[in-house]
Amino acid sequence: MHMSKDIITKLTEEKFLGRGGASFPTGLKWKTVKEVKAEKKYIICNASEGEPNVFKDGFIIENYPEEMIQGIKIALETIDNSSAYIYLSKDYYEKFKDSLKELIKDSQISLFKKTGGYLAGEETLICESIEGKLLEPRIKPPFPAQFGLWGCPTLINNVETFYYVAKIAKNQYKKTRFYSVVGDVENKGVYELPESYSILQALKETKNLPDFDFFVQSGGGASGEILLSSELDQQCKGVGSIIVFNRKQTDLFSLMKKWADFFLEENCDKCIPCREGSYRIAEMIKKEKIDKKILDDLFLVLEESSFCALGRGIPLPFRGLITKLLNEQK
Amino acid sequence: MNKNKRIQIIIDNKKIDCFEKQTILEVAKENLIDIPFLCSHPDLDIKANCRLCMVEIKNRKGLHASCSTKVEEGMEIIIDSPKIKKIREINLELIFAQHHKKDIKHISVFNSHLLDLIKKYKIKTTRFKNRKKKYPIYQFGPSIIFDSSKCIDCNNCIDVCNKQTIGFLEKQKIENFNQVVPSEDENKDCIYCGQCVVHCPSGALMAVENFKNVEKEIENKNKIVVFQFAPSIRTSIGEEFDLPYGSIVTEQLVAGIKELGADRVFDTCVGADFTTIEEANELIEKLENKTTPCLTSCCPAWVKFIEFNYPKFIPHLATTRSPQIILGGLIKTYWAKKENINPKDITVVSIMPCVAKKYEIQRKELEINGLMPVDYVLTTRELAYLFKKHNINLKEISPQKIDNPLGIHSGAGVIYGASGGVVESALRTAYKKITKKELTKIEFEQVRGMEGIKRATIKINGKSVKIAVINGIENAKKILKELKKEPQLYDAVEVMACPGGCIGGGGQPMPIDSEIRKKRADSLYRIDDKKEIRLAHKNPIIKKVYQDFLVSKEMVHSICHTEYSQKKKEVKFK
Repeated sequence: MHMSKDIITKLTEEKFLGRGGASFPTGLKWKTVKEVKAEKKYIICNASEGEPNVFKDGFIIENYPEEMIQGIKIALETIDNSSAYIYLSKDYYEKFKDSLKELIKDSQISLFKKTGGYLAGEETLICESIEGKLLEPRIKPPFPAQFGLWGCPTLINNVETFYYVAKIAKNQYKKTRFYSVVGDVENKGVYELPESYSILQALKETKNLPDFDFFVQSGGGASGEILLSSELDQQCKGVGSIIVFNRKQTDLFSLMKKWADFFLEENCDKCIPCREGSYRIAEMIKKEKIDKKILDDLFLVLEESSFCALGRGIPLPFRGLITKLLNEQK
Repeated sequence: MNKNKRIQIIIDNKKIDCFEKQTILEVAKENLIDIPFLCSHPDLDIKANCRLCMVEIKNRKGLHASCSTKVEEGMEIIIDSPKIKKIREINLELIFAQHHKKDIKHISVFNSHLLDLIKKYKIKTTRFKNRKKKYPIYQFGPSIIFDSSKCIDCNNCIDVCNKQTIGFLEKQKIENFNQVVPSEDENKDCIYCGQCVVHCPSGALMAVENFKNVEKEIENKNKIVVFQFAPSIRTSIGEEFDLPYGSIVTEQLVAGIKELGADRVFDTCVGADFTTIEEANELIEKLENKTTPCLTSCCPAWVKFIEFNYPKFIPHLATTRSPQIILGGLIKTYWAKKENINPKDITVVSIMPCVAKKYEIQRKELEINGLMPVDYVLTTRELAYLFKKHNINLKEISPQKIDNPLGIHSGAGVIYGASGGVVESALRTAYKKITKKELTKIEFEQVRGMEGIKRATIKINGKSVKIAVINGIENAKKILKELKKEPQLYDAVEVMACPGGCIGGGGQPMPIDSEIRKKRADSLYRIDDKKEIRLAHKNPIIKKVYQDFLVSKEMVHSICHTEYSQKKKEVKFK
């Protein structure tokens, strides 16, 4: 119990932000779940990583499973009456279930194989998935910290977050994060580097800075932002992924088609702007003919009226690619 | 937090008092402030998926769905900024582009909230190709049509079907889209309650129409067309002519039907009086033989539910036929004989608040001398459409008296339209039959009202009779579970599949919600209140028919009783 009091303070003092993409202050989340009065609480480790070209959580589960599990155990000790799930994507479940089961040796932690696709990594959808319901996000508030799995207060953190919880508890946190670097680079892989690094520094340090004309998608393999080589003096957002593209060799429409198909397939079909908007974008990209007026209208409703963050985030990569690259080509 | 705490908010510069915990959309509706929406329905959980009701809130980032955002003290809400308007229009265009307008003319277009909004916001054409052109049309028995190309994926139908615990409508991922489809599960079947129809904002779910057949029958000079209309119609159809909710229009209704060309108009309430007598007898018999509970059987969706989902309870279903069937049978026997008409030349048309009644009239076991008691069922909405088509306005038409001899009913007959009415009517009569005395107070307030489950214990001759009155299949399931544990927990159980009973039926005018249902029901009780004869067994025509016509057990049986059997899944598409 003594240590448990410390961890929330430590997380808060470190100003540690969650590593699942939304960058929510972890200390605050823990505090909320801890302080809510309830007979039962849940802890969920989100290992459902599902965006194309993002695999740093898989890397951590493969290489540092002890730390991740240690982080979950600290949460179990900190939050009374709690039990935990590790919520794994189908691939990760098959790949890691045996090794994880061996490590856990704790009846308080069980593994859960994710139902549904990418969006099922969204926090309220994780709850719906474990409860065996139709996979659509819930209306927030209430947030899972107050009303989560089976209506109980639920702490949901990403794999990397739990890894760093263990580090912070042991005072071994050196303000680093995991970067996955892929695409047209020499040294593909996952790297633990200072979180203060700019994308440029990360590419340099990992000996991945191209000597050809290139651009980058930062923060996710579909929803990530498009940055030109001149725009890399900024930190990597979201889930820490850097994808490098050889500008001359990249077919912009087929790249956009990949994103569009991903959003079309992976959106949950609940709300109008996202279901219909992602479909109309995919149609337009397939024809390789951009109607700027229509596209702007679709982006507007997606960004302003989508139910959840997935829909609100769809325009970002397209807008960047179209304005920075496609229009330049012409 | 006090649920009734009043707070003040501002909508479009107007100060408004409201309750804490209400949503912005609820407050707006109460104050007649127009915010468009499609997916929200007060009967169902909030889904917030149509994104039409987006508003801005001062000092808050972004737009907010008014259906899912609760009001807070001092909140300033903007509902019509240029940005909101633009977003609404684009979203409406996107919805419209997935709603395939087929050329089929169907009454559902008049009940399509979507088409109302399209008109209002002047969305003429969409810039997109319709993506649902090839989506299939399904028919559920003789009752419901589901044109999935018109579905806007709001999920109301699935929610309401789940609420009924039927689960016949579900989502299936087909080619990147979650689509609403009828379940292929052998253990799930439609019970034709039609709640999906009255909760559908786009007219994708609609009642099977029979008005054209009826028009033909009226035109056919060799046919005597006899109409009857259900108790609840008289307090609901006025809505279709912009009369206030709960307006009683019985005699206008008679005049309207006559104007359509009907030869006679009788009242299903008279049928209900017969049902009451027979059902009271059954209850008494079951009480004497200790074979209770006696389950009512006027609601065909409930009967189908028992036959398909709980066949073990079939022996408890009252064999008494429903009011429209008894009356139809009497029209083609008693009345035909009296008027010297060949029953084959008679067409009986029932106006019902219900789409399951279209299923009921096709049940083979109801045949009398080779004829079905009722030939066509039209819903309240269909009749209103026919009136409009023939320029008949219930608001203006001069009232006409109902025809005799099957027109004058007791007060007991009219309350059949509200949940609790059947049991109350049967108790009024059963009390007399058991005690040989009339009740001093005939109102059974315990079984009235919109609550889903009402329980009461009534003393008759010092003996307790335990009653349960249910509306909604979800609640019926709860009672069946109780009965499984304790078989004689109740003596009489009334079940209506639709919320509030027939006044909330699947054939009723739209929109529909708990307030509207209450007003329709209240008016039925007002009619009963004012009736001189309020007991079925005191109705002179009932007495007369039993004396002159239903003289043998066989006669009573063939006109007034039926049978049930276990059902297999009927609605299949493969």
